[in-house]
Amino acid sequence: MIQRIVNATINGIPVSVPYGTSILDAARAVQVKIPVLCKHPDLGATAACGLCIVRIAGSQKMPRACATPLENGMEIFTHDGELTEIRRSVIELILSNHPSECLSCGRNTNCELQTLAAEFGIRQDSIERYVRDLPQDASNGSIIIDFNKCIKCGRCVQVCQEVQDVWALSFLERGINTRMAPAGDILLSESPCIKCGQCAAHCPTGAIVENDETAAVWAALRDPEKHCTVQIAPSVRVALGEEFGYPPGTNLTKKIYAVMRRLGFKAVFDTNFSADLTIMEEANEFVERFAKGKGELPLITSCCPAWTDYMEKFHHDFVDNFSTAKSPQQMMGVMAKTYYSEKMGIDPAKHYQVSIMPCTAKKYELERDEEMFASGYQDVDITLTTRELARMIKQSGIAFEELADEEADSILGTYSGAGTIFGATGGVMEAAIRTAYYFVTNESLEGDAINVTPVRGLEGVKIADVDIKGTQVKVAVAHGMANVGKVLGEVRDARKAGKETPYHFIEVMACPGGCIGGGGQPYHTDIHTRMQRAAGLYNDDEKCAARCSHENPEIKQVYKEYLGHPNSEKAHKLLHTHYKAKKVYLK
Amino acid sequence: MSKLNPKTLASFQSQMSRPPNWASVGMDTGGIAAGAREVFDALVAEKEQKGVAAEIRQTGSNGLAYADPIVQVKTEQLPLITYGSVDSELAAVIVENHLVKNQLIEDHIIATRERSTTLDEQKPIAILVKDTSEEQGDKTSFFQLSLQQELEVHGIKDVPVHRAMDMGIYDQGLCIQLLPSGVTYSNVLTPDLRRIISQSVEKGIVVEDLLVEDADPQQKIVLRNCGSVDPECIEDYLQHGGYQGLGRLLKDLTPEQGIDELKTSGLRGRGGAGFPVWLKWKLTRDPESDQKYVICNADEGDPGAFMDRSVLEGDPHSVLEGLIIAGYCVGANKGYLYIRAEYPLAVKRIQKAIDEARQKGLIGENILGSGFSFNADIRLGAGAFVCGEETALIASIEGKRGSPIPRPPFPSVKGLFEQPTSINNVETLASVAAILENSGKWYAQFGTEESRGTKVFAVTGKVRNAQLVEVPMGIPIRKIIYDVCGGVLSGNKLKAVQTGGPSGGVIPEDLLDTPISYESLSKLGSIMGSGGMLVMDQNDSMVDVAKFYLKFCVDESCGKCAPCRVGGYQLLQLLEKIFRGKALDTDIEQIKRICEAMQKASLCGLGQTAPNPVLSTLRYFEEEYTAFIEGGASYARKVKRQLADLAKQSA
Repeated sequence: MIQRIVNATINGIPVSVPYGTSILDAARAVQVKIPVLCKHPDLGATAACGLCIVRIAGSQKMPRACATPLENGMEIFTHDGELTEIRRSVIELILSNHPSECLSCGRNTNCELQTLAAEFGIRQDSIERYVRDLPQDASNGSIIIDFNKCIKCGRCVQVCQEVQDVWALSFLERGINTRMAPAGDILLSESPCIKCGQCAAHCPTGAIVENDETAAVWAALRDPEKHCTVQIAPSVRVALGEEFGYPPGTNLTKKIYAVMRRLGFKAVFDTNFSADLTIMEEANEFVERFAKGKGELPLITSCCPAWTDYMEKFHHDFVDNFSTAKSPQQMMGVMAKTYYSEKMGIDPAKHYQVSIMPCTAKKYELERDEEMFASGYQDVDITLTTRELARMIKQSGIAFEELADEEADSILGTYSGAGTIFGATGGVMEAAIRTAYYFVTNESLEGDAINVTPVRGLEGVKIADVDIKGTQVKVAVAHGMANVGKVLGEVRDARKAGKETPYHFIEVMACPGGCIGGGGQPYHTDIHTRMQRAAGLYNDDEKCAARCSHENPEIKQVYKEYLGHPNSEKAHKLLHTHYKAKKVYLK
Repeated sequence: MSKLNPKTLASFQSQMSRPPNWASVGMDTGGIAAGAREVFDALVAEKEQKGVAAEIRQTGSNGLAYADPIVQVKTEQLPLITYGSVDSELAAVIVENHLVKNQLIEDHIIATRERSTTLDEQKPIAILVKDTSEEQGDKTSFFQLSLQQELEVHGIKDVPVHRAMDMGIYDQGLCIQLLPSGVTYSNVLTPDLRRIISQSVEKGIVVEDLLVEDADPQQKIVLRNCGSVDPECIEDYLQHGGYQGLGRLLKDLTPEQGIDELKTSGLRGRGGAGFPVWLKWKLTRDPESDQKYVICNADEGDPGAFMDRSVLEGDPHSVLEGLIIAGYCVGANKGYLYIRAEYPLAVKRIQKAIDEARQKGLIGENILGSGFSFNADIRLGAGAFVCGEETALIASIEGKRGSPIPRPPFPSVKGLFEQPTSINNVETLASVAAILENSGKWYAQFGTEESRGTKVFAVTGKVRNAQLVEVPMGIPIRKIIYDVCGGVLSGNKLKAVQTGGPSGGVIPEDLLDTPISYESLSKLGSIMGSGGMLVMDQNDSMVDVAKFYLKFCVDESCGKCAPCRVGGYQLLQLLEKIFRGKALDTDIEQIKRICEAMQKASLCGLGQTAPNPVLSTLRYFEEEYTAFIEGGASYARKVKRQLADLAKQSA
């Protein structure tokens, strides 16, 4: 297809962009930034804020740059006295409907409205403030909504409805009383919310933030009775740096190990290790189902708690297809409080396990059901998001950037390349294929064959045929909940028609890009940051001595010393869980 | 009911089968609220009791809302007579006296506005009198007596004289109308009575110096059938020339030729913005798509507006016919009528019209053997003003929250269910059917170069006759207010007229001679809008009026875009502050600043035009704002008290 090009000028600068490019994006291509508060690169233009108005020669109107495609011959003007004054008025209007609580806000110094107000040099509240006094919704332990701080940009509603297909959030009422809230004006905990946190990740202000639990972690660290250990999720290592000025994708694994010890953790584990453990159990499960016919196909991954919540609510006819293998977070927790504690002589009752996750739904997973207490205690005590960890580090007075590299603690710290790519969409599938291949053939993939490239990348649905010595395994990978429906729909249709399943193995992650784009990751995530973070993980994979989970020496040791073999009785008790149908609405 | 074919459809044109004696009642929502149903029942009961051979029918409103309930009576001996302010008692009298005895009833006749200027030799069958000045008391009865005495002097005993309720002429002294000719005299003085009798009554000669030569400025195209057809009877519509436009289009014209006919007519969208209808249709026709839609926007919501309701309730088939025509021209075989749920009677009648049209084969497969198929359905609006905006309306039909989305893409390219969609308002579609019936050239003769055709206005406020008016474009606003609607109530001084509802602005008295058109109104800082026209007199506070309209938009803002959602609210707070006498000079500057931000940065028409009432009152009546600022709280209290007193009086 020939791409049509549009030629125009913006502030007198010639610009050539593909047909359909918005004036906003076209301007950015010639180094012109037009202020916006509602348009997010991940989302379509809603044209809510009214800040990106521009002037087109020959027209009286001031169209919105975000929603107006550039056309041939257009002469666009983005900045002049009148436009700036109107934008200033609009900002002042928005401020007049926003609390002046910047200093105690979760987004202080990181708020898009605050930044704009600062850039426009707004020095006084010229319009009388009117803010409704709506109570916060802290009913679900993952995210907290402060409705009063909402500027009605609509990003959270868009992402919840269009990207995640959850429809927990919507707009209620109208006029000045318009508010974003769970549809039906119920509590978030009664809504279909899957806790993915994409609303928080996309919110320009402090209206939706993660449930900050750093205080509890500080308290545990200061408690002499408690033996605090920590695990770090795969995708955290390539994103945390953004909070300290590193480019997205910079792999700071070893600095993070170091800072954890400085913060006071007695041992530092890596969730990459337990990702390898998950793969051992899950690949074994796949082989059992695929090669030996024991159980339903397709096998569907279950390491993403937002996805399992979504499935239990919206697709529970697939409960039996879910892998029973627990997520890496939970496997780490139970191994830390059983195997590790026994080995090190730590009283598991005093063992306090903290996980650092890119994810707000992981906070929910901690107490998902009684199987999350397989050690006899809560397996993981508390989850912090990447953003919360960054705040802890900043509070602690540690010059993070200057720390020397350190290693993780042995036995639950060594990881393979397969474990690290868990953090990106397609990574779980790729890791599972590497080990399933070995389980079926007793041979490891070598050379380039180890890279299952068709399941990599940010395409919403990725499909591949994997050859295991002549047997074709059909796999599908979906991320962003709105992409899941079509994949499961194909399976459902085949079932109804009595046909063979179109896929044998399906990986699903709730957030676009997988965990690297998680709802708890540093703000301002867009497709470029996702690509960079994913690249950071694949680089890490390449550098690993072991590329497959079954080759991880510590994994081998754990099975030898403690678990026996995948899905042994012990492994089943500690490392597996179950799913069930749930109501979409609890009210 | 058998399906029509081109031949049977054409045969309706010459038919007008109606019994010689009948009475009809205007049964639109306004009429019914005033008691039209009771009147209808009383007419039927009395007719049956007396065994009178007459048909009692229902129609929609003929526009004269001030005179509801309205009964029109036709007998063999008498011309069509219209009675206003009828109640059930009077209904019985109408049957007994008018239908049975051919006697007219005092004080309720609304004289015809089709005034003839020539007489034949036939003696009049009746004379109507009315004192239109009322300055020193109503002298109608006195003149009636004088005229009766004078007739007696001339030995004429068989010409009754009746007091009329409304002559359609105002402040022109004594007026007299001769029936059946309709020759009308104004400013008649006592000595003139003799001349009128000896010349006009006896000899059939017109008294030139008294003759009212100005015809009624109204031109009824949209309202052509309102008040004359039974809205729940497709045969009646067919007998009034209904579906002939569609028949002609399907038989003789290609869709492109249909669009050309609209282009010749010069018809522009009557929803308010005035976009050329032919162009909208062409833009919807051009894109390739398997599915296209046409939508009738019947979400009328301006305060005081009832144009669309009257057409939907009075002539639903004309709207449906327009929609089918639109479907054929743009290549859509599915149409929706988006009607606000607060119009239950309109919904009922449109549904009936759809059902009847389907039975007649005017909706459905292969209409009139043309190969063109079309279906129509109703969708109810839930009372949000913003759903009159095209993209919000589409969202609402799709089952989403009714909020506008940015354009482009325009609905003509990507509309309902993402398919090309043309949305036209009720009045537009009713005009379309008339244009296809009579030709674009015929339509283009009315109105001005830029604004062709006619426009319906709902005139309300401090006006003598609150009513619907349909006039050719280009007519001065003053003529509408004074010549059609009788001027300002109780002789007060007219201060300004608000057009375009909450999106429009005020036009001060000294600019009322401006010929009405899309362009002229926008130059004055107002808009044509959908046709609301509110008359204000010397007692009205312009700040209060601006506040009223702004509050409407603030309440109706969908809340999506910041300039409208917050700007409207804050603007209203500032107006309230002024109205309480608490504002400072700087607040006026702040008002102007917020208005500009709303106009320029709001997403849709609602927010962009919401400041118009504020800006136009500031433009023409800034002194009223400064009076509040300078006068402070005590002045504000005084104004409020005055307004409250006036409200009490008029109640």
